[in-house]
Amino acid sequence: MAKPILCVEQLGKRYRIGERQARYSTFRESLNSAGAASIRAVRGFLSRGGPPPRKDDSTFWALRNVSFEVKRGDVLGIIGRNGAGKSTLLKILSRITKPTEGLVRCRGRVGSLLEVGTGFHPELTGRENIYLNGSILGMAKSDIERRFDEIVAFAEVEKFLDTPVKRYSSGMQLRLGFSVAAHLEPEILVIDEVLAVGDASFQRKCLGKMSEVARQHRTILFVSHNHSAVKSLCTRGILLDGGTVAVDSTADEAIAVYLRSLESKAASDLRNRTDRRGEGNVRFISMATLNEAEGPTLYVGQSAEFRFGIEGDLYGCSLTFTIYDNLGAAVVNFSNAVQAPQDEWLVQDHARGEAGCKVESLPLMPGRYFISAALYQGDLLQDHLTAALFFDVSAGFFDNRNYATNHGYGSVCMPHRWNFDSVADPERVESSRQLGSFLE
Amino acid sequence: MAARSDPIDFVIRPSRGWTDIGLQELAAHWELAYYLTWREVKVRYKQTGLGVAWAVLQPVLTMLIFSLFFGRLAKMPSDGVPYSVFALTGLVPWMFFANGLSQASNSLVVSASLVTKVYFPRLILPVAAVLSGIVDLCLGFLVLLGFMIYRGVWPTWNALWLPVFALLGLVTALGTGLWLSALNVKYRDVRYTIPFLTQFWMFATPIVYPSSLLSEPWRTVYGLNPMVGVIEGFRWALLGTKTAPGPMILASSVAALLILAGGAVFFRRQEDTFADIV
Repeated sequence: MAKPILCVEQLGKRYRIGERQARYSTFRESLNSAGAASIRAVRGFLSRGGPPPRKDDSTFWALRNVSFEVKRGDVLGIIGRNGAGKSTLLKILSRITKPTEGLVRCRGRVGSLLEVGTGFHPELTGRENIYLNGSILGMAKSDIERRFDEIVAFAEVEKFLDTPVKRYSSGMQLRLGFSVAAHLEPEILVIDEVLAVGDASFQRKCLGKMSEVARQHRTILFVSHNHSAVKSLCTRGILLDGGTVAVDSTADEAIAVYLRSLESKAASDLRNRTDRRGEGNVRFISMATLNEAEGPTLYVGQSAEFRFGIEGDLYGCSLTFTIYDNLGAAVVNFSNAVQAPQDEWLVQDHARGEAGCKVESLPLMPGRYFISAALYQGDLLQDHLTAALFFDVSAGFFDNRNYATNHGYGSVCMPHRWNFDSVADPERVESSRQLGSFLE
Repeated sequence: MAARSDPIDFVIRPSRGWTDIGLQELAAHWELAYYLTWREVKVRYKQTGLGVAWAVLQPVLTMLIFSLFFGRLAKMPSDGVPYSVFALTGLVPWMFFANGLSQASNSLVVSASLVTKVYFPRLILPVAAVLSGIVDLCLGFLVLLGFMIYRGVWPTWNALWLPVFALLGLVTALGTGLWLSALNVKYRDVRYTIPFLTQFWMFATPIVYPSSLLSEPWRTVYGLNPMVGVIEGFRWALLGTKTAPGPMILASSVAALLILAGGAVFFRRQEDTFADIV
């Protein structure tokens, strides 16, 4: 029986609180506090006859008791909300940081891709950066030379090989970075959200390359928010929650549990949500869907309104939200930054208000959806909530057609019209005539 | 696909107590060290308008100022060679050391994006930073040779020893750089102290004055500053000054090696936390 290629046992990582936010201290401060601490220690020692107990309340576990095994050829998707420990796990697996407890046994080289184009220098040419980046990612010079043409061809930068990378478009830089990384050949490949960047065709290319790698029976650990990518690529899924493994099963199962957990979180008051991003000067306080009868369930083809309660400094604010289907694939995005004459969005410095976005005839197939929404002031992100609201769309008529069930081929319906132009086929006309005469 | 029968086995675990320096791993990554050094050099000469001229101008301009103030005005003794030659011979290796030291000290912070995204032995960063200074040293050395001949001072056969003294300077720069780079990750005010440190160190090293000002037992003690050995070594090898190395070089070498060993151990002890706090 084959041994697992990667074996994670009771892994834990503890951070000091503030270590990741307040980042670094100054030498002077630390001398001061060391001095104060030693005075306290001496005092405590004199008064109680022993060293003071060490307080340990300023630490938290980003990861605790995490155990799982990965077999050769597994494509494992790791999902979970922000702060669940995904990045910490990847950093330990790619040996960037050490665990506080537990261990990982690897039976193969680990190549990690936590960022595209790590170590690229804008002043160096494409050719120079391929060598530099490849070497940083752990490729030997001979490997890079052997695969150089492939890398260049995949990145589509043949003409610009001797141009400094700073003159590349961001898309070209991205392609080049991914291309170098894609030609790494480790037994275990660890990938973080690299697919979250780049345009659609680039993402398709990345996904294609990754499934090609997966087909070569190599082992991949893949962290992503793109659930449809996880679903289509991964054979297994692990859901992390609060630093521990909540689900270790198939990718579908892990995603289903994840979405259910998001739903239970969403049901709570938005003001209590702590997993938000942004400056926080303006915040969402409520979200709701309203049908024609002011009820929460929406119907295909009926009017639907999305309402957002907002509070804070509303001046110059813009709102954007995205509807996702139950697999986590984005369906449609709405943004009032793209203005139209029918909008009645008055920018005033009210402290609180409710924004509404109305769709006259909802073109969504029956099913479960959720909304992620963000508030911007200028270009500054003020508030962002993932999976803030779940809603159902029930069967109904759209454009005179009855959409009763969702067959799983897309989530959107569109107004359309069929037609058929018949073309007379002389042979068939002849044969049907003969058949007619025979029957007579 | 046939599974490889002898996969590379390794274990990731919390580090406890003393860890070895990891020289083996460092050796396995020599290509990366080479590429990073090469990047430093290439970028330095590509990016600055003056390019190569910097490596030359820095010691030459300083030499001119020193010659004016210390040579002409203060009448500093210079072991029987023209003061300008005397100063430049000290400045070329000193600049190599001082630049290497500050580059190495900032190497981890400057490459924070690498440290937090990819694994490789972190020692490579300060090593590459110091190594990249060798190109500057060679350029500076050519200028020095030209200037010596222009002033009519011919190098002695002892010049064959120069690589040894350059190596001693490199070891000192790297050793100190290891200490400071690890501290710099943790305490960001370290980087502001580096210019002061190098300035103080320069005056504690016989750049503007000869160490022959000191009498013998003290001169050897003075050699505990490894740069004393480097500078006096350069002067002895090139100019044939009488402050022959001997015990002074020994003291300097021992001190340099101790700094390097201590720095390497300290660096390794701190290494695990770099990615978390850089």
